[in-house]
Amino acid sequence: MAPLFLGFGALLVATAAMVVLHRNPVTSALFLVLSFCSLAGIYLLLQAEFIGLVQIIVYAGAIMVLFLFVIMYLNLQHDVEHGAHIALRRGIGWMVGALLLLFAALLMKRGWAPGPEASVMPGQARGNAAAVGLALYTRFLFPFEVTSMLLLVAMVGAIVMTRGRRPAAGETP
Amino acid sequence: MTTLTALWANEAVQVTAWAALKLALILGIMLGAVSYLIYAERKICGHIQARTGPNRVGPFGLLQPIADVGKLLLKEEFIPESANKVVFHIAPMLAVFPAIVTFSVIPMGPPPMFVVTDVNVGLLVFLAMSSLGVYAITLGGWASNNKYALLGGLRSSAQMISYELAMGLSTIPVILRAGSLSLNHIVDSQAGTYLIPGTHVPLPGWGIFHWYLVLPFAIFVITSFAETNRAPFDLPEAEGELVAGFHTEYSSMKWALFFLGEYMNMIVICSITVTLFLGGWHGPGPEILGIVWYLAKLGALLFFFIWVRWTFPRLRYDQLMAFGWKVLLPASIVNVLIAAVWIYWRANA
Repeated sequence: MAPLFLGFGALLVATAAMVVLHRNPVTSALFLVLSFCSLAGIYLLLQAEFIGLVQIIVYAGAIMVLFLFVIMYLNLQHDVEHGAHIALRRGIGWMVGALLLLFAALLMKRGWAPGPEASVMPGQARGNAAAVGLALYTRFLFPFEVTSMLLLVAMVGAIVMTRGRRPAAGETP
Repeated sequence: MTTLTALWANEAVQVTAWAALKLALILGIMLGAVSYLIYAERKICGHIQARTGPNRVGPFGLLQPIADVGKLLLKEEFIPESANKVVFHIAPMLAVFPAIVTFSVIPMGPPPMFVVTDVNVGLLVFLAMSSLGVYAITLGGWASNNKYALLGGLRSSAQMISYELAMGLSTIPVILRAGSLSLNHIVDSQAGTYLIPGTHVPLPGWGIFHWYLVLPFAIFVITSFAETNRAPFDLPEAEGELVAGFHTEYSSMKWALFFLGEYMNMIVICSITVTLFLGGWHGPGPEILGIVWYLAKLGALLFFFIWVRWTFPRLRYDQLMAFGWKVLLPASIVNVLIAAVWIYWRANA
């Protein structure tokens, strides 16, 4: 399993780096799809088949297709922003980067060691889907329901905004 | 030699080797099957339109597929000057690979001989791969740098995402009945016969013979037309308005790969329909006949697909979207609720 894990891990890191480094937005999006797929591979190695495939269905199959859709429509070939904006963005970028570097240095100073190995992988005993479903509908029921409300609000909001404003009575559209 | 025997003793190596061998076999058979499926489509379409179809090359035109492949291989390949070259090359490959991957989880006969692998979430493998199939068309349309191709690609991604929801929801009653996501368990749950309650008439245990699975079956078949981009949902390549849609700029073997992908997807989706609703490889007679039953059901369903394509007119785009979101999706959600309540009630009555 170790060589497979290293392979998927290396692919994940490399594609994630390419997402940030590549200049063409469509290519970046495609690298993001690849990194989601390698993450799914790591889930499969952990015997979490359900999570791994749901990762592909939801992120690679649905969300990234919509991303691509938007990128293709907007046709982001040229950077239309001017001097001040770019300077501001670069400044924020440098600051966040420095913070992350500090964080990484702090983390690296800690000693890391693997904990005791679990005898049974989570979810292996009862089947993945059943384990996930039980956790979702018992222990995490409240967050689950709150999330669904949030998504409903977002959906209704999107519909309201795309419908536009109706002309009031007596007003010509 | 001894190292080879030692390697073979490892169970993981054995499983991988057998799976690779079976997949290679499936790939070979599929390539032949696809070319003759195209022949069948042309012949059936010909007779539907009161023509005879291909009949010049070989007896009954049976060598026509070979002539077609020869022509495609020898044709000049043309790549547009302003196309995005890398994506232009990747898109046709993406059209074929999801279909091949899905075949690794379809039970084609009694296990272990006719099953490549038994994944405990086999149905999700199919759904994941069909959701990745969108990329081929979207990217192919975008990379060509052609307005018609781009419009075709955009239409297809909107269409496939919309119909995927109804398709996924229509499989849930099947999962509830079988109590498993494994395609092998789903097939096993449809074995044998059962008596219609109150009578002595035996029915096969196939999914379609359970009343709460009839509507999901209909929804699944309708959405599979949309997922394979076939008429009446073939808007991504509506010739009358978009020239040839997403593959306008493709020629030679790259175009052939798109074509191959479309027909392979058709075989895959029909196999999944057989597995989920038509009892898989189960049928009367000894178990070894399973593969025959599977192929017979698959053939009948493929004929139905071709029949529908040549007898229904294409939908308008707004009709397509309204049908997917306002009819199929609510219907499948209501059906999930009804099936869940019924199955729970039966189990606890």
